[in-house]
Amino acid sequence: MARSSRSSIARHSMAEQEPSVRITNFDEVALGYDLTTAVEEAQRCLQCRHSPCVSGCPVGVRIPEFIKALREGDMWDAVAKLKDKNSLPAVCGRVCPQETQCEEVCVLAKRGEPVAIGRLERFVADWEREHGIRVPPVASSMGKRVAVIGSGPAGLTAAGDLAKLGYDVEVLEALHEPGGVLVYGIPEFRLPKEIVKIEIGYLESLGVKIRTNVVIGRLYNVAELLESYDAVFMGTGAGLPMMMNIAGENLNGVYSANELLTRVNLMKAYQFPEWDTPVRVGARVAVVGAGNVAMDSARSALRLGANEVHIVYRRSREEVPARAEEVHHAEQEGVIFDYLTNPVEILGAEGWVTGMRCIRMSLGEPDASGRRSPVPIEGSEFEMVVDTVVMALGTQPNPLAFSQAPGLERNRRGAVVADSATGRTRLERVWAGGDIVTGSATVISAMGAGRVAAMDMHAYLMGQSRGPWLTAAEPA
Amino acid sequence: MYQIIAKETLTPVTKMFVISAPEVAQKAQAGQFVVLRVHEKGERVPLTIADYDRDEGTITIVVQEIGKSTRLLGQLEPGDRLASFTGPLGRPTEIENYGNVVLVGGGLGIAPIYPICRSLRAAGNHVIAIIGARSGDLLFWEERMRSVTDELIVVTDDGSYARKALVTVPLKELLESGQTIDRVWGIGPAIMMKFIALTSQPFGVKTIVSLNSIMVDGTGMCGACRVSVGGRTYFACVDGPEFDGHLVDWDLLLSRQRMYRDDEAIALERFSQPESQSNREAR
Repeated sequence: MARSSRSSIARHSMAEQEPSVRITNFDEVALGYDLTTAVEEAQRCLQCRHSPCVSGCPVGVRIPEFIKALREGDMWDAVAKLKDKNSLPAVCGRVCPQETQCEEVCVLAKRGEPVAIGRLERFVADWEREHGIRVPPVASSMGKRVAVIGSGPAGLTAAGDLAKLGYDVEVLEALHEPGGVLVYGIPEFRLPKEIVKIEIGYLESLGVKIRTNVVIGRLYNVAELLESYDAVFMGTGAGLPMMMNIAGENLNGVYSANELLTRVNLMKAYQFPEWDTPVRVGARVAVVGAGNVAMDSARSALRLGANEVHIVYRRSREEVPARAEEVHHAEQEGVIFDYLTNPVEILGAEGWVTGMRCIRMSLGEPDASGRRSPVPIEGSEFEMVVDTVVMALGTQPNPLAFSQAPGLERNRRGAVVADSATGRTRLERVWAGGDIVTGSATVISAMGAGRVAAMDMHAYLMGQSRGPWLTAAEPA
Repeated sequence: MYQIIAKETLTPVTKMFVISAPEVAQKAQAGQFVVLRVHEKGERVPLTIADYDRDEGTITIVVQEIGKSTRLLGQLEPGDRLASFTGPLGRPTEIENYGNVVLVGGGLGIAPIYPICRSLRAAGNHVIAIIGARSGDLLFWEERMRSVTDELIVVTDDGSYARKALVTVPLKELLESGQTIDRVWGIGPAIMMKFIALTSQPFGVKTIVSLNSIMVDGTGMCGACRVSVGGRTYFACVDGPEFDGHLVDWDLLLSRQRMYRDDEAIALERFSQPESQSNREAR
């Protein structure tokens, strides 16, 4: 096929559940490509020799190669190419912000629409799952033990890479299910938990041992782990919810997004009383914040039966940090966006939320982050009638893992100081990566950090580390 | 893992379980808690550690059967296994030699003060304990408590056993008696802890309480357990569970404990229907 005919094929859309139907269930919204559509979409790829898409991927997935195998009908080869650099492709195909990574730099994006790399990744991963996952050969044990704290995207990636290299890897997870934010945070309708379970099962088949119910900072501390393991990777994420510290925040009916999502996703509260954990979402819900977690909270609230769900955001639509697709889905489902609005007090009666006093904002000069900073408009206060408020203001690293870990330096935001090129912390034999270092970011950037650390851990443990442990160097 | 080694019925509504959890037992200290799930669809239930045996590798918990989860737990027998068991969680009790200490345990609160008494006594304190229950049949561990205290005062609300009094009455008498009381602990239902704190406040004796707010993960992740102490918000699971009782916003705690009352009633009702399908499935 000629280049011109490839680039004349229009990007293929992916089937979705209708908005009116999907807000009544927790099933996955996006339904995926079928084989014909996937192969047609794969035909669009120009197989650029300089493959900008690969450099746009934090884990460097061999994108043109898996797409080529797919369109040539060699599905097992497509799977092998895809999984060579990514152990969690069914997850990434669903939750990666491809529009700011591989697809953004796709050559086709300059002239029109990029190849739907994410949808193809998802298709290949789903195809493999339906046809029986094959386990690649694993290097024999080198007799070196590595502890990975946290089983989210960073920890799982580091664990998988190290296991493939022949390390004895134990992942220590505080909760009763492995997966971290993939199981407690991201809702079923975006990422079915069965898929997470199967991808984790794949890592276990590589030899990764996962121990649940192990809380580092309480049951063991990092110093103790260093006594029994050759190296430690910390990937405990950013699990500490931030609140606004305004009056009324402790009323019944005010949730952190973490609590709402944990009840719903990890504890399956949407199936109460079939499952034992309840969640109380009323008729009128305000979600404060406009990141992906806010969108997940708002869309979950709709599915839990709320009549009206508002996103309350102090900046304007242009500054919304959530993925465009998430905002689009939320709008389709009827979420109301109140921009340039900021809560000042949560109102209540008899212990329960009855409303929220807000103030209108305007945008002033750009702040340090380059975004125009919101300024309250005097005298513009008004009351919203709501019975449930969800604070989705972002999260910080949970300090629990750091107890009894002197030497681990942290910055003002509670994040671990680590070299981004190696993952090395200030404490020898301890690496860190993911949200614990960056604050809340994306699944794929955490996976990238897990990979970087795994490679450096390997170099260090093989005695090939570049120079002494970094203690004084200013981290990147 | 997490096998039930022994079970004992302490009162008509209270059961004791000894659970095999060697790693947790190695680390557990008085004042800490565990979070357990009875079955795969179960809640994460926080329970204060009532005892630990490092040699046997066991943790003891005492449970009052009030809702679906605790009733399901009550139906388990030695040999059965829990779906999950996580701990130790929370900060341990600050054990020092304070001098004369009084520990008040009401109802289920008798269980968690037992290891605290033992640790405080080992640290050299003169340990006085007051234990109480609504009636004599609801009282447990009197002999056990006697073994870890220097003085033990027993009361019941209705006088059906021992002295007829609320636990705050002997506490007030001790504080008024002229002997120096260096620190008080109070553990029990929130309303009882509130009145223990109110009783000791005029005497200026620091009073530690263990806050049993609603929790989900127990590791500082969700904030369900937030409590207000001295005008600041804390997470009981990681900042506590023990706090200065004179600074606790008791009305907030009591209000937040009621957040899921309706749902708890639904779950219990469904569970209690003898032929309920979900009931069998849940086992």
